[in-house]
Amino acid sequence: MSNAITQSMSVLAVESRFELLRTLRMPGFLLPTLLFPAAFYLLFAVVMPMGKGSFDMASYLLAGYGVFGVIGPALFGFGVAVANERNAGWLLLKMASPMPITIHFAARVFMSLTFAAVVALMLFTLGAVFADIRMQPMQWVSLFFILVLGVIPFCAMGLMVGYWARSQAAVAIVNLIYLPMSVLSGLWWPMQLFPAGLQVFGKCLPPYHLVQLALTPIGMNTSGAVLEHILVLLAYTAVFLLLAARGYRRDAAARGA
Amino acid sequence: MLDLKREQLAAVRVKELVPYLIQPEFSERAMISRGPSARRGDSCHCRSMIGMTGAILGFGRKLYASSLSGVKQVVDRTQTVATLTGVSKAFGDICAVDGLDLSVRAGEMLALLGPNGAGKTTTVNLLLGLVHPDRGQVSVFGGKPEALSVRRQCGAMLQISGVPETLKVAELVTLFRSYYSDPLPQSKVLALAGIESIAGRKFGQLSGGQKQRTLFALAICGAPKLLFLDEPTVGLDVSARRAFWDVIRQLRDSGTSIVLTTHYLEEADALADRIVVIANGRVVAEGTPRQIKALAADKTIRFRSTLKLEQLGRLAEVASVTKTNDGFEIVTRSATATLRGLLNADAEVTDLEVTGAGLEQAFLTLVDNDNANQANDKEKAA
Repeated sequence: MSNAITQSMSVLAVESRFELLRTLRMPGFLLPTLLFPAAFYLLFAVVMPMGKGSFDMASYLLAGYGVFGVIGPALFGFGVAVANERNAGWLLLKMASPMPITIHFAARVFMSLTFAAVVALMLFTLGAVFADIRMQPMQWVSLFFILVLGVIPFCAMGLMVGYWARSQAAVAIVNLIYLPMSVLSGLWWPMQLFPAGLQVFGKCLPPYHLVQLALTPIGMNTSGAVLEHILVLLAYTAVFLLLAARGYRRDAAARGA
Repeated sequence: MLDLKREQLAAVRVKELVPYLIQPEFSERAMISRGPSARRGDSCHCRSMIGMTGAILGFGRKLYASSLSGVKQVVDRTQTVATLTGVSKAFGDICAVDGLDLSVRAGEMLALLGPNGAGKTTTVNLLLGLVHPDRGQVSVFGGKPEALSVRRQCGAMLQISGVPETLKVAELVTLFRSYYSDPLPQSKVLALAGIESIAGRKFGQLSGGQKQRTLFALAICGAPKLLFLDEPTVGLDVSARRAFWDVIRQLRDSGTSIVLTTHYLEEADALADRIVVIANGRVVAEGTPRQIKALAADKTIRFRSTLKLEQLGRLAEVASVTKTNDGFEIVTRSATATLRGLLNADAEVTDLEVTGAGLEQAFLTLVDNDNANQANDKEKAA
């Protein structure tokens, strides 16, 4: 038994290594996911901060663009790559191999976590150096872990899209979800700037709940509730996984499994 | 008059078939490299093996030596490594596989030959555990095909259109080798597939033939005892196809059991020890390449005549004569020769009808596909 686990772990290590290598060699994936959050953060938090008076825009946007930055690789890495690999038959070839297909997806989660960590550290550096953000070490550490672990619901969301979208449509679909959802959840500007109706809608979206968690260690959580946000994110994860599983079964039925 | 025209038509059809059916260059080469042990395996009947499979498999496995390591595998060709028993599989209204019985013997190269949509890929997917049967049983190495312990003994080259393009050939091989507990050495895999020189290239930069070789490398890197090649040379030009055949032959000679699907009769003939012709999800014919070709060339002649059975039996090229309710039925190896004799002996023959011997239609479809594909290949090359 332990032998089987050791072997699974070593397969996971190799699979993760090549999953990372695969994405690192894709400029079309790498540049937007790394540069956009950094560039937007510099633009809106440092060069032309809109916050007036006591509102600390730089700290708010550290959480906001932090969330924006970490969910991108998860959505694209799962949504687009799964749709492509599914349609091209690469996933089927892996399913025919002696590797349990869960390891393939675990490696992709690992890739998403790694990208999240890089994006978070990059934004932290920009915030500390250019926006003069000063926090206690525990605040930095808490924010880091919230951002990194917060990608998991979005991996599930990407998986769902990947199992339902055709490969040509996947990029467009992910973009149509990613950008509006980020803006409406208050990742680019504080939600208080939106009309009341949009605020109600925005508060239903998953990134809103993650950004509220991320604002908690900074002391800017506007809703006050922490457990509620965690439960909502877990519920979203469960729903996305269920829908992904339905897509998986639809695929299997089309193949005749 | 009309009947004669039909006969002429049949003769033309045979002529059309000849270049595909009789290619001495290929069949002779295949005969030589196949050797006597394969021939013995050919004559053994598969149905009787099915029941015994479970009992003898354990013994059969022991006979395998370290696979592909340069030394030939020790293979008992009377063993069965995989069976489909009465398997049916439908997709909606379409019956892809319809009551299929099939067995794969140790060390043989079995070609599943049939036109597109005949059920070849579904058969392979059933044997790989990617598709589950509606009815019947699938057994590979005595177990369920989806079991990891079974999959570790198998390798597959599927018809897939894409592989992560940013990974290099050597990296893809390393990745797939990691899935197996006792894989072939990396250098051996690259050498067998003939891709040493492109090992450092990204998959997205490869030509069609190089991509197929890389997929082949992924299929063999776990030192499989049973290898599936689903249309391995589709889309390749003639020279790339022949080069690929040499790679496949090399592996067959090492004793690996191989299931090859193809709609090229020429390919099945060049590579296989045994051909199973599939059409509409059923086995239409089964035999050595030579037997299959002979079957395809046979014609059936039906007519009314006042001649006696014995007289008909003496006509040229006749394989068999039967008296039916409304006349006679002759199976002949050459419709032209037999008809010439028949009409000389009895000018009053009526209700004359010449048809292919069952297989012809399936083969004509094959040949049509073949022609279409060759036309495609030419278009691509142009």
